[in-house]
Amino acid sequence: MTALERQLLMGLNGDEAAAYAVKQVNPDVVAAYPITPQTIIVERFSEYVANGLVETEFVSVESEHSALSCCIGAAAAGARAFTATSSQGLALMWEMTYIASALRLPIVMAVANRALSAPINIHNDHSDAMGARDSGWIQIWCENSQEVYDACIEAWRMGEHPDVQLPVMVNLDGFTLSHTLENVMTLPDEEVSEFVGERRFMRVRGHLGEADFRLDPENPITMGPLDLPDFYYEHKLQQVEALKAALRAIPEVDDEYHRVSGRRYGFLHPYRLEDAELALIGLGSTMGTVMHVVDELREEGVRAGALKLRVFRPFPEEALKEAIMGIPAVGILDRAISFGAPGGPLYMEVKTTLYEEEERPILVNYIHGLGGRDTTPDLIRAIYKDLDRARARGGAEEKVIYAGVRG
Amino acid sequence: MSELTLREASRRPDLLAPGHRLCAGCAEPTMARMILKAVRGPTVVTTATGCLEVATTIFPYTAWNLPWIHTAFENAAATASGIEAAWRAMRRRGRGPLSKYETLDVVAFAGDGGTYDIGLQALSGALERGHDFTYVLLDNEAYMNTGIQRSGGTPYAAETTTSPAGSVIPGKREWKKPIEDIVIAHRIPYAATLSPAYPLDVLRKARRAFEADGPAFLHAIVPCSRGWRFPPEKTIAVSRLAVQTCIFPLWECWLEGGRPAYRLSAPSEAIAKRPETKRPVEEYLSIQGRFRHLFQPKRRDDIIRSIQEWVDDRWAQLLEKAGF
Repeated sequence: MTALERQLLMGLNGDEAAAYAVKQVNPDVVAAYPITPQTIIVERFSEYVANGLVETEFVSVESEHSALSCCIGAAAAGARAFTATSSQGLALMWEMTYIASALRLPIVMAVANRALSAPINIHNDHSDAMGARDSGWIQIWCENSQEVYDACIEAWRMGEHPDVQLPVMVNLDGFTLSHTLENVMTLPDEEVSEFVGERRFMRVRGHLGEADFRLDPENPITMGPLDLPDFYYEHKLQQVEALKAALRAIPEVDDEYHRVSGRRYGFLHPYRLEDAELALIGLGSTMGTVMHVVDELREEGVRAGALKLRVFRPFPEEALKEAIMGIPAVGILDRAISFGAPGGPLYMEVKTTLYEEEERPILVNYIHGLGGRDTTPDLIRAIYKDLDRARARGGAEEKVIYAGVRG
Repeated sequence: MSELTLREASRRPDLLAPGHRLCAGCAEPTMARMILKAVRGPTVVTTATGCLEVATTIFPYTAWNLPWIHTAFENAAATASGIEAAWRAMRRRGRGPLSKYETLDVVAFAGDGGTYDIGLQALSGALERGHDFTYVLLDNEAYMNTGIQRSGGTPYAAETTTSPAGSVIPGKREWKKPIEDIVIAHRIPYAATLSPAYPLDVLRKARRAFEADGPAFLHAIVPCSRGWRFPPEKTIAVSRLAVQTCIFPLWECWLEGGRPAYRLSAPSEAIAKRPETKRPVEEYLSIQGRFRHLFQPKRRDDIIRSIQEWVDDRWAQLLEKAGF
C-alpha cells in the first residue's frame, strides 16, 4: 500500500485536527484552559482522556499562565507537553513563552488565532501570535485543517531536533479554520507513534558533570538559575543559534514526514510564480482565497501569483528571496498591526530580507481582516489591482494600505 | 509514618549546600535544609522568584544538590503541578525517565509575595486539582528580594519601604492575610506551620507533608534580619518568640471524615495547657526595628493593644479548632 492508501479520510475542523493529531502523538501531559476559538481542542482532548484513548495526564489548569507553566514543569521533568490557546490566553502566557524557549523546552502549542482586546473580539486575526513573534518559538502557520493536522505531528520532531530543542507554535486561523469542517487525511496511530518516537534530550555540562537537560534525581542539574551580565548574553546567543539550526532541521523533518505521509510543505508554498508580475505573500487561511483569485486572474490574462509562508519563525530569508526574485511587484498581506511601526510584521520581515538585493520588487503592505473581517475574493482582486497600479507607476503611492476598512 | 531523629537528619546529606549567597542570619536556608532532610527519596524542587532562588543559583554556581528549577514568580504551584503530572503520566505508562520512581517528592518553595499575592491563583488551582506535592511558604513577611516592600503577609503596623511609618500613617494599615484558612478551605490532606526554632517539629511535619496523598502546605516563619531589623544572631530567638507569643503558633491540620482536624504542636500545646506561659506580643515586637515606631519616640499603646487583641483572638480561634 502507498502512504496515501494507508490513510483514513476524516471530516475534522481545525481544532479537531489539532486534537486528533495530539491524540495520536499521545503526549505525557496536556495542560490547558478554555478560550474561544481554541476550546474545541481541549474539549476533544478531554474526551480522548475520558474514554481512555490516550495515556496523557490532562491538567485542567486555572489560567493560561498556569497552562504554560505546567507544561514547562512537565517538559523540564522530561515529559512531552502540549497546550493550546488563543488571543488573551496567549497574551496572559506572554511571560512564560520567553521562559519556555529560553529553558529550551520543546513544548508544542496550538494557537487558534484571534484578535486581541480591546475592544473584545473573538474572531480571527494574527495579533496574538505576532505579539509572541520575538519570544523564541518556532512558528508554523496553517492554511487548512490538513496542514494543522500535519503540523501538530511534525512540530514535535522540529522542536525536539537535537540541534534545536525549542518550543513550537502551530497557528490556525480562529473560526475560519478552527470551526470549519474539512477533509483531512490521517495516518494510522502506529505510524504517528513511530514518526515522533521518544523524546530526545540535550546534553549539557551540569555541576556534577555531563547530564541530560532535564530534572533528573540521579544526575541533578539546576534549571533556570540567576544569570548575570557575565553569562546571560551567551545564553541568548545559544537561542539564536538554535533557531538558525531550525532552518536546517525543519526540511529534514519535512523530508521524513513526506516519506510517511506523502505530504511536504517546506518553509513556503509558491503558487504560479514562475512568470508572475504580481505576487501576494501571506500567512494562513487567507492564502487559499488568494490562490483561488490567482487562478481567476490568470484566466483573465493577469500574470498573478502567490506565496504562502508556512514558517514565520525562523524566518526563511533565503527561500523567500529565491521564490520572489524577479517579480516586479509584491504585496504583503498582514493580518495584524504593529502599532507605530513602518508596516505590518510580515511586511517588515520581507522588506528587511530584500534590502541587500540589487533588483528589488516594488513592495506594498496590505493590512486586512482585523477582528475577523472577511477577506473576500473581491477584496483580494482589488488588492491585486492596486498592486498592478503600483507596478505600472513604478512605485507604491502609499506603502501601507489598510484594505477593506471604512475610512 | 516514620519519625526522623535529629541524629539521623544530621547524617543525611545537605540538599541545599553551603556556599550560597543568602544573608547572614537569614532563616530561609535553615528552613529549606531542614525540610529537605525529611524527603523520602527522589525529589524535585521548584522555587519561585525570590531571595532563595537568586541567592542559591548564580550561574555557573548552584547550591542545590537535587534537580531544581525556577521558572517565574507567580507560578511555583503551577510548575510543580507540571512536574507532578509528568511523573504521574510516566508512572502510569511505565515509560519515561521518571517512571521508575515509586515516590517523587515534588517541593515548591515560595515566599510570601509569591504566595499571598501574585502566586495565590496558581496555588489555589494546584490545591483544587489535588496534585501530590508539598508547597512551602517561606514567610519573611515582605518582598525582601526587592528591598522590603509590604505584601499580603506583612503584619499590621510593620514598617516596610512601601508601608513606611510616617507621621500620619504608622506602618502597614492592613492585617496579615489568613493564608492558612484560605489553604485549608481547599480541604487539602495536610497543612502545618513551622518555625526554625523547633527543628524536630520541622522534620516531623515535613515528612508528614511528603507522605500526604495530595497537596500539602507548610507555612514557615522565616525571620529576615535585614527587613525586620534585628541583629543576625537573633534569628532563632525571634523565631522562638513568634511561637511563644502566639503570633505564629505551631500546629498541624489534616482531614478527618472530610473535615479539618487541628492539633497544636508541642511548644504551642504547652502554652495552651498553661496559658500563663503565653508571653505578651510586645516582647516580640520590641526586639524588631520594623516595629520601632510603636515604642519610639512615643509609645503607641493603642496599636500594641490592638495587635495583642488580634493575636489573642486568632489564638482563641485556634484553641477552639484544636479542641481546647
